Parts: sequence; structure tokens; C-alpha cells
Amino acid sequence: MKPEELKSQVLGILATIAPELEPGELRGDKPLRNQVDLDSMDWLNFLVALHERLKVEIPETDYAKLVTLDDLLAYLKGRLGG
Amino acid sequence: MIEFKLPSLGADMDQGKLLEWKVKTGEAVKRGQVIAVVDTSKAAVDVEVWHDGVIEELITKPGETIPVGTVMARLSGAGEPAVAARAPAPKPSAPSPKPAAAPAPSVPPALRKPASPAARKRAHELDVDIEKVTGTGPHGAVTLEDVEKAVKPAAPAPAPAPAAGADRLAEMRKAIGAAMSRSKREIPHYYLAETIPMHRALERLSRANESRPVTERVLMGALQLKAVALTLRQFPELNGFWRDGAFHPGHGIHVGVAISLRQGGLVAPAIHDVDQRSLEELMRALADLVKRARAGSLRSSEMSDPTITVTNLGEQGVEAVYGVIYPPQVALVGFGRIAERAWAEDGALRAAPVVTATLSGDHRASDGHRGARFLAALREQLQRPEEL
Repeated sequence: MKPEELKSQVLGILATIAPELEPGELRGDKPLRNQVDLDSMDWLNFLVALHERLKVEIPETDYAKLVTLDDLLAYLKGRLGG
Repeated sequence: MIEFKLPSLGADMDQGKLLEWKVKTGEAVKRGQVIAVVDTSKAAVDVEVWHDGVIEELITKPGETIPVGTVMARLSGAGEPAVAARAPAPKPSAPSPKPAAAPAPSVPPALRKPASPAARKRAHELDVDIEKVTGTGPHGAVTLEDVEKAVKPAAPAPAPAPAAGADRLAEMRKAIGAAMSRSKREIPHYYLAETIPMHRALERLSRANESRPVTERVLMGALQLKAVALTLRQFPELNGFWRDGAFHPGHGIHVGVAISLRQGGLVAPAIHDVDQRSLEELMRALADLVKRARAGSLRSSEMSDPTITVTNLGEQGVEAVYGVIYPPQVALVGFGRIAERAWAEDGALRAAPVVTATLSGDHRASDGHRGARFLAALREQLQRPEEL
């Protein structure tokens, strides 16, 4: 999957969790959960949706690596073998 | 004949608008079945019926706004006439010296001025003759606001009853304001806090989640709810309702979960029998409840049944939350952020994750002494996470 396509899919999933999200205002290098106000239930729902859409299983022990949107995209790229 | 009445879906609800009937005349219904969708200021709520029977007549028309307690439909079938919602209806057998939300028995119902139960109760408390109050609600019904205005005639007249199509967020803010004002006016709160070490609970959770797929992971919020519910078994005076000058213990431990809505405002619907559910069941119930609360699809029993509320603001980064009790409940438990602190245990100092748990208690129903014992027992329960 191309990086742009991956980003678009991830943002699309995020928008289902936080419909008020303005993707243009999201900074890739700032903590994602703070910017989008994701609580742990939102975060879990986000990961479940990523799992369903991209078939990627993210173990709880990896949560700490996923602070920013850029972190998440790099992590997913690695897991998808891209 | 069984009367199906618009139930009160919270202390702040005076009236509701029927959006839709889910049944037709002549249809058989089962206890617990959703038969109507009613719009309150907070959400569209699926209203359940609490009797088996057959729908004989649908009285309220979709689009109509009616006061709480209005007969919306008639059912035939075995059973006594009752309000549609369950728990909050005070038990007639309670040794209360005065009738609940007292309609004057000498006035035939047809001649009584229409008024919501909340308005009647407030009128009784304020010694206001409800028959003399001008009603601004639907069909001239007297609302809580009308009663309060009647005792303060000198105050500048506030805006009239909300216009149709008024912004839901503004309505919700008003409803929350009304319930919280009532709480602060009527409930003598006391507040207690306890710092609870969380390493055992966190270890248990991460060990369990390690082997679970993402779809089955359990959040700390579910574990905290279970710990509160199990602890409450020993403290029944914190689990129930204050009504008509007396405490009525809850039948079951139905925990109201404060859920913030993304567009603003909050709701606190119940998960039923939290103490009896496994952690996995509880997590599924919590996920489902949060999803439906945010989609605006809750059931009447969830809105009216909570016997206590739990709020968790830790994820917003605060250390502790001192909540306002949601009447007619008598207690609220709050959790703050789980953070690493210097912690002394068994004579050794180390860094440990801790959380501040708080209790807001109603002094009419319990004392600080019992409240303190509750928080101490909650702390101990969280040190034995294998029981949760």
C-alpha cells in the first residue's frame, strides 16, 4: 500500500471515531490522542477498526510506540511489510 | 387495562417528545421490549414496556411533546397498572409517611392540573399550590421551572419554554444544569479521597490482554467499575436513592457510567448488575453502552436505573475528580489519572502507579466514617485484582 493511501485509510477510520475531526488541522508530529481527544475507549475502537480494515493486530505492549500520527503510519507500514 | 406512561428518564427530565411507535395497535408485546422512541433533551431513548400484554390503544401521536407521567398507550393483559420504567418508582410499601410525588387524592385525575412529577414534588417541597401555577409546558402542563418561578415572582422573567428545534446541546446543558443545581441545593455532599496503588491491577490487566486479540481487550475502566460494584455489596447505604425524605436501597448494583459526548455534554446510563458480571462481559457492556450513548441510542431502563454513578476523568489528565451526585442517587465515585508516584510499602520506597479515588456522599444517607471505610475497602479490593 502506498504511504498516501495508508494515510487516507487511517484518517478515514479516525473520522468514524471523531466525526468532528478536521484532517487538515491534524499535526503528524504531535501526540495524536491529545489532538483528537481520544479516550481509551476511542483508542481501542480505533485499533479494532484498523485491525478490521488493514488486518493488522497491534499488541498492547506496542501502544507506547504510537504517540503521533507519523509514528502510527510508520508502524503500520512496517507491519504491512511496505 | 395497563397504562403505559412516559417514564422519567432522569432527575432533569420534565417532558419528552414521542418520535416513533415501534408497535402497532393489536400487537402483542413482551416485558422489556422497546415499544417507543422518545426524544429527551439528552438523547433519543428507546422506551421499554414492563408488562406482557397486547397494545389496545396508542394515545400519543408521533411528534407530540408530553409531560412525564402522561399515559401514552393502553395495554390489555395480566398485571397491575404501572409506569413504564422500573426502578425509580418508589415502592408503595416503603414506610414513608407521605405519598411519593403526591397527587392530591381528593382531586379526580381528570380535573388535576397537568404537571410533571418533578414539578409536583418541588411544589410540595416549596409549599406552592400547583393548581395556581401557570403552566408553560405542553398542553399547559406545569414544569419544574414554572414552580420555581412561582416562588420567585420578583425575579426577571427568564426565557419562555424552549422553542421547537432549539439546539440540542443548549438543551442538554440546561438539563445538566437543572439536575446539578438540584443536587447542590438538596444534597449535603461530603467528599473523601484515597490514593490507591494500582500496580497489581495493571499487571493483571496487561497479563490478560497480552493473549487477547484487540477485539477482546479489557480496559482499566471496566476493572474499576467491577471493583466499585463488588465493594458496594458491603456498603448498601451508598447504593440506592433518596426519595421522600428516606433512603431506599437499590435492587441490584446498577452503575451509571459518566460518558462524555464528543459534541459536548454527558450522559450517565447504567450497566445493570455490575457486581455479577465477569470482567469480559462488563467490557462488552461498557463498549456497547459508550457506542450507543454517543450515537444517541439508549434504553429507558439504562437512563432511569443507576443506583450510583462512577466517573473517570483521569484520561483528561486530572489527578482527582470530586463529582456532583446525580439525584436521586446518594453517591458518586470518581477516578483520576493513574500516574507514577513515589510510594512507600513494606518499608521500601519505590516508583509505583497510583490513582486517586474519591467518594462524593450524601450526608442524609451515610456518614464520612462509612464513606472512608468504603474507599479503604475499594483500595483493598484493587489489591486483589484476581477476584475482579
